[in-house]
Amino acid sequence: MTTLTPEAPLVPLAVDEPRARFRDLLLGEWFKLWSLRSIRWGLVLGVVGLVFLNVNAAIADVNDWAHFTPQQRALFAPSSSLANSFTNNACIATLLIAGSLGAVALVSEYSTGQIRTTFAAVPARRALLSAKIIVLTVVTTGFGALATGASFWLSQAVLSSKHAGISITEPGIWRGLLASVLLPPVCALTGLGIAALVRHSVATIVATTTVLLLIPNFLSQDHHWSACLFHATPFRAWQVLHDLVGTPVNSHIPFPARPGGEWWVYLGWGLGGVLVTLLVGSRRDV
Amino acid sequence: MIEVNELIKRYGNMTAVNGLTFTVRPGCVTGFLGPNGAGKSTTLRMIIGLNEPTSGSVTVQGHRFRDHPRGLRHVGALLDASDIHGGRSAAAHLGVLARTNAIPLRRVDELLEEVGLTGAARRRIGGYSLGMKQRLGIAAALLGDPPVLLFDEPLNGLDPEGVRWVRGLFRRLAAEGRTVFVSSHLMSEMEHTADRLVVIGRGELIADEPLSAFAARGRGSSVAVRTPDASVLAAVLTGAGAQVTPDGGERLVVTGLDADAIGDLAHQHGLRLRELATHAASLETAFMELTADSVEYLAGDSR
Repeated sequence: MTTLTPEAPLVPLAVDEPRARFRDLLLGEWFKLWSLRSIRWGLVLGVVGLVFLNVNAAIADVNDWAHFTPQQRALFAPSSSLANSFTNNACIATLLIAGSLGAVALVSEYSTGQIRTTFAAVPARRALLSAKIIVLTVVTTGFGALATGASFWLSQAVLSSKHAGISITEPGIWRGLLASVLLPPVCALTGLGIAALVRHSVATIVATTTVLLLIPNFLSQDHHWSACLFHATPFRAWQVLHDLVGTPVNSHIPFPARPGGEWWVYLGWGLGGVLVTLLVGSRRDV
Repeated sequence: MIEVNELIKRYGNMTAVNGLTFTVRPGCVTGFLGPNGAGKSTTLRMIIGLNEPTSGSVTVQGHRFRDHPRGLRHVGALLDASDIHGGRSAAAHLGVLARTNAIPLRRVDELLEEVGLTGAARRRIGGYSLGMKQRLGIAAALLGDPPVLLFDEPLNGLDPEGVRWVRGLFRRLAAEGRTVFVSSHLMSEMEHTADRLVVIGRGELIADEPLSAFAARGRGSSVAVRTPDASVLAAVLTGAGAQVTPDGGERLVVTGLDADAIGDLAHQHGLRLRELATHAASLETAFMELTADSVEYLAGDSR
């Protein structure tokens, strides 16, 4: 610590209050997110981890290529090629990473008490939370684009050694890629909404993981209600959107979730997180 | 100027603040005193809109604080030095606050210098001592150069130099015409800091008056007298209704008459005085007496 300067006069601000600009809030929230080492590392390691998972799957298939039947080889591209570019495990990891990131972006403010400092500086809570939502959406979409793009490019490069790679000109492929790019923001906004509701750090992370990851795995398709819920999870929506050829429905399942409305599922969860954050977060005492 | 009007805050069955009405004026340091759990922090939070009152109103400079889109140029508040994310550096923390309120970033450096944190500005706040966090909180409160400043227990954790600096700062801010409202549960902290006092207990107003008036409420102020004619003066004073206790040699301790009356009596009787000093009952005593009925959490209490 340097020595104090007790007699130094305060330098008064010469200007009158400038007009409140939303841009300032965006800038503040942007800087707030990036000034945390844990967030920066989380994003970097998240992208690296996802790319590793996906490229590793492509490498495994290339290594197993010799054991594939001719029919398997013939049917590999394009469906399995796309599946390799963003695997089911990568989807599960994305649910965890992006959900936690969204939750932490808000719950860290509640659990540390920072939220009081934040709201004392910006009494326009709804505007501030909107800025937080926009910054989080932009950052996690960028995260999704980076992870999806790098995974696709590298895994197809690996598969091309067996002439099983596909290019982005493949018909219908953009739906699958977009599903992976937009999965992080959907999960992050869900985590954000849960954080606004729960406000306790550990409970928020547990709740986010449960909602995004555990519940879809618990839901069976033996009952109509359960199948409906399953179909309405981001996890299932991603699986359907990322399925290039449309895997046939298993006829032994009593209530199979049939494709349809997955983008609405994405929109619903994202919007739900936004609304809960704006409504609950701006009203309650902090 | 802060105007609190019939303010009530209930949490379920618990009434934290019960019909508070008081005004905090600009140009002086106003102490906000009360025992633990008296409702000080709740009141401060309602002033800056963090908590919504159950009923009643609070205005700052005539406006509800929450009606301002940005706050730092209206009220600077240090409510809890720990209300901060430990993962950022002091410079980043103040930088975020400055950006949201369109305050030039050079002001951040100026204030870090002012509170003596320049050397630690790039370090994570999580590693700061409580005293350093208090300094950072004070810097955050001053960021917008606001006309109204709130501080909740700002002296906690500060070293003696820091305490002296903070007191000087409060005086300076008040002298600049700002409204300075400082809470504490220790009267001794206020004794050298505040000009006026707002005292609450169990969420209700106990006193709202100048420090001197508050001190005068305490019973048992006494006057120390030194005189070579101790025994004669003692008889005179006792005759005038005072209680006189000899304090060895030429000294007397007098209660029941003030210094003026004692001096007049000595003069009338031609007695020589060498020393005449009022020992006001300590503010601490006055505070304890006044709040005795309203202490929420009493040690050794068998409730």
